[in-house]
Amino acid sequence: MTDVQAATGPAAAAVRQPLLETRRLSVEFGGLKALDDLDLEIYEGEIVSVIGPNGAGKTTLFNAITATVESSDGDIVFEGRSLLGLDPNRVTSSGIARTFQNVRLFANMSVLENVMVSQHCRTKQHAFGALLYTRAFRREEAEIRQRAEKILEFFGTRLVGYRMDQPAFTLSYANRRRLEIARAMATQPKLILLDEPVAGMNPVESAELTGLIGRLRDEWGFAIVVIEHDMGVVREVSDRVVVLDHGVKIAEGDYADVANDPQVIEAYLGKGAGDP
Amino acid sequence: MTATLPPTSSPQLEAPLAAPRPALAHDWRRIARMGSIAAFAQVFIALSNMPVALDGRTMVKPVLSLGYLVLLILPFAAGYRQGHQTKLEGVTQHAAGPNEVVGGLACGMIAGGGLSLLAVLLANFDLRDPLVNWSPILLDTLTFGNAPWFAVVIWLAIGAGAGASGGVLRLLGPRSRRATVTMVLAVIGAAVLESLMVDLADGLRLEALTDRLYAKRGGVTWPGALVLAAVSGGLAVVGRGRFRTARARLANLEGAKRSRANAGLILAAAAVLIVLPLFAGKLTNELLANVGLFVLLALGLNVVVGLAGILDLGYVAFFAVGSYSAAVLTAATSPKISPEMPWLVALIVVVVITGLVGLFIGAPVIRMRGDYLAIVTLGFGEIIRLLFQSDWLSGWFGGAQGITLIPGANIFGLTEVSGTDPRRVFYLVLAFCALAIYVSWRLERSRLGRAWMAVREDETVAEAMGINTVNVKLLAFVVGAILGSFSGAIFAAKVGSVFPSSFLILVSIVILVVVIFGGMGNIVGVIAGSAVLIGVLGGPKQPGLLAEFSEFKLLIYGALLVWMMLARPEGLIPSVRRTRELHQVEMAQDAWLRGQVDGEDGGGGDPQPTVQP
Repeated sequence: MTDVQAATGPAAAAVRQPLLETRRLSVEFGGLKALDDLDLEIYEGEIVSVIGPNGAGKTTLFNAITATVESSDGDIVFEGRSLLGLDPNRVTSSGIARTFQNVRLFANMSVLENVMVSQHCRTKQHAFGALLYTRAFRREEAEIRQRAEKILEFFGTRLVGYRMDQPAFTLSYANRRRLEIARAMATQPKLILLDEPVAGMNPVESAELTGLIGRLRDEWGFAIVVIEHDMGVVREVSDRVVVLDHGVKIAEGDYADVANDPQVIEAYLGKGAGDP
Repeated sequence: MTATLPPTSSPQLEAPLAAPRPALAHDWRRIARMGSIAAFAQVFIALSNMPVALDGRTMVKPVLSLGYLVLLILPFAAGYRQGHQTKLEGVTQHAAGPNEVVGGLACGMIAGGGLSLLAVLLANFDLRDPLVNWSPILLDTLTFGNAPWFAVVIWLAIGAGAGASGGVLRLLGPRSRRATVTMVLAVIGAAVLESLMVDLADGLRLEALTDRLYAKRGGVTWPGALVLAAVSGGLAVVGRGRFRTARARLANLEGAKRSRANAGLILAAAAVLIVLPLFAGKLTNELLANVGLFVLLALGLNVVVGLAGILDLGYVAFFAVGSYSAAVLTAATSPKISPEMPWLVALIVVVVITGLVGLFIGAPVIRMRGDYLAIVTLGFGEIIRLLFQSDWLSGWFGGAQGITLIPGANIFGLTEVSGTDPRRVFYLVLAFCALAIYVSWRLERSRLGRAWMAVREDETVAEAMGINTVNVKLLAFVVGAILGSFSGAIFAAKVGSVFPSSFLILVSIVILVVVIFGGMGNIVGVIAGSAVLIGVLGGPKQPGLLAEFSEFKLLIYGALLVWMMLARPEGLIPSVRRTRELHQVEMAQDAWLRGQVDGEDGGGGDPQPTVQP
């Protein structure tokens, strides 16, 4: 952890290239600037929380990175290459996966199929392979299945066994959130964007998921950006916290620093709240 | 009572039935409403001239023609339907009793009353002006050649009788009800399939049987009907539930056993389809070939609509391109170029051309979604036809005169398949159907098939999960186009001529109806849909078994579609997935009732389902 924190310092940044970097990124909806000149760096193996009041532009940041909305200005650089102008599926195949704030699974596909289909951009067997039922096709199908099962096993016994073949809509809310993460993992990313992963979960479930986010980094080596409102979770998982308000980054640093930043308190609680 | 009930397939909560309701305890407003709906429909059917036009087709020799049959169905259905009780937890279920019969009688009587009223109106007023479709014979049909007052009485009585028998059906236990329904359906089925049966019996040297069963001028004879009813009823009683258990057992088979059983079934079906035409006459083979052509088209559209979820309303375009390119490549009379290729060689070129046209049309279309996409495909379907019809391209495609004298399909110099020998056409169609089935089956269970599924579910998320939705959808479009072009190429060789008028928008609609009716996304369903709709009712230009219906085909298509959307939106033989999509809420509720649902697992421990499926 300390080593990651050291790497975030400006001196280290010169040595180590960030995995993802937004440079003066702006997103405008009509006259409204949802993101305003945002500079952000994410390093490999790092867990960064993005917090901020409602409407601060957190989800817009995710949407801009994954090319779901168009950026109006600035640049997004991933592993040294700009992502601007790419289609969302190209962004995913370059190594960025995401989950959605309002869980969006393929509800009528089975749990296993949800994970299998998300490996699409990492597999390549075409229609002809399927039609001729070639050995390569069969091998790849088996691999896709194995990988999917392995990913589902990461979540303990919750998504495996008979449940693998059940349609996703029969899952409980917490399990749907888990499946969303499994699906993101299946795209074999370097960076996962989690949009409010514990929203709507009870304390026990969110504590478990918090541990899971740590394991995602430690065991699978993903860099993770989390949007989260639950400060307990944020404190627990983050190497670094970025605070947005009205599309502007108002604070950045470790949790303790950010939590005591008067600007942050003002953004959350209103003017004067930080005064004694 | 509950103890004697046969075990139901799903473990539902069976509450004991309450005592039957008193005979007259009805919600009369409901009865009146249902009766009136049936009455209006009866009048509409009568004014559409269906009873008169269909009167020529005898179903049971002296007593029943198709024309009268269509007038009997609705009072009967209304009488049966009014006895329906909502099955819901906490709602008392009553045993059936006189109440159902009285309700059915009333319902049917109102329904019949519609025709009584119509007869009076027809007799006293001149209704020809706004309502032009019915013929003057209608009054004779309604009055059975008697005075108008006779029609009043007789239709009230017939309606009451039909409605009451609908109610009586509710009284029967499940076993006898099944037997009764089987008996009626067997007789009607035998009458509908008459030409097919006679034709087959000729081939199988079983004329003795059909001669007894059918009267000389058509229709099942009285004794024949009775024997048939007895035999089928007996079979239904003896084989009760056996079919269902066999099917359930098949569905529960695991892995390798399941696929072996499936392979066995497919082989059996293939054997029947290969052997059957040998014994069938020209008529049956012609019918089979027509059905096959539409199966082929429907399978192609099924890839586009059923698998990838792209609502294509202009599918006929690919049928047309396939037909025209095959015609140009093979016919000596083709206006501009006539390479006179052998059919099989031409087919390769046709596939390439149609694939390119699919790409060309698909590329702009596929970027749209939902309704917009449907409308644009509709437009392209027409554009293609108008291009073939236009003067601009008449130097190539002959304009409205089309291309004629197209030679048959030459298969490796072994045989020549043309319309004069429908049996060969059928075999050719069968081969291509097998190919199309294989293609859809393989693709559905591949990486591509899963991607189609994901696109159908949620395009935005599919894109975010790394699926190139444009490519994937375009591929579905092209696969569909190529499968459609097979049908087109066979059609050109079979009919021997192609005209723009063969590719009206109606064809697109009919294929789509076939797919929806049969069960979108399910290969067996699509085949069943074609067999029922095209085989029995007939295609856009091809007569079916009930050739008398040709005039009313679209009306019946429409009615069937509406009924289907209300009662069984997933289609005749649905795909599991479609059913899931359309009944998500009910299925989730059922699972919850059975305790199978995956509860919110707050305890941190892993939840154990109470019932393992």
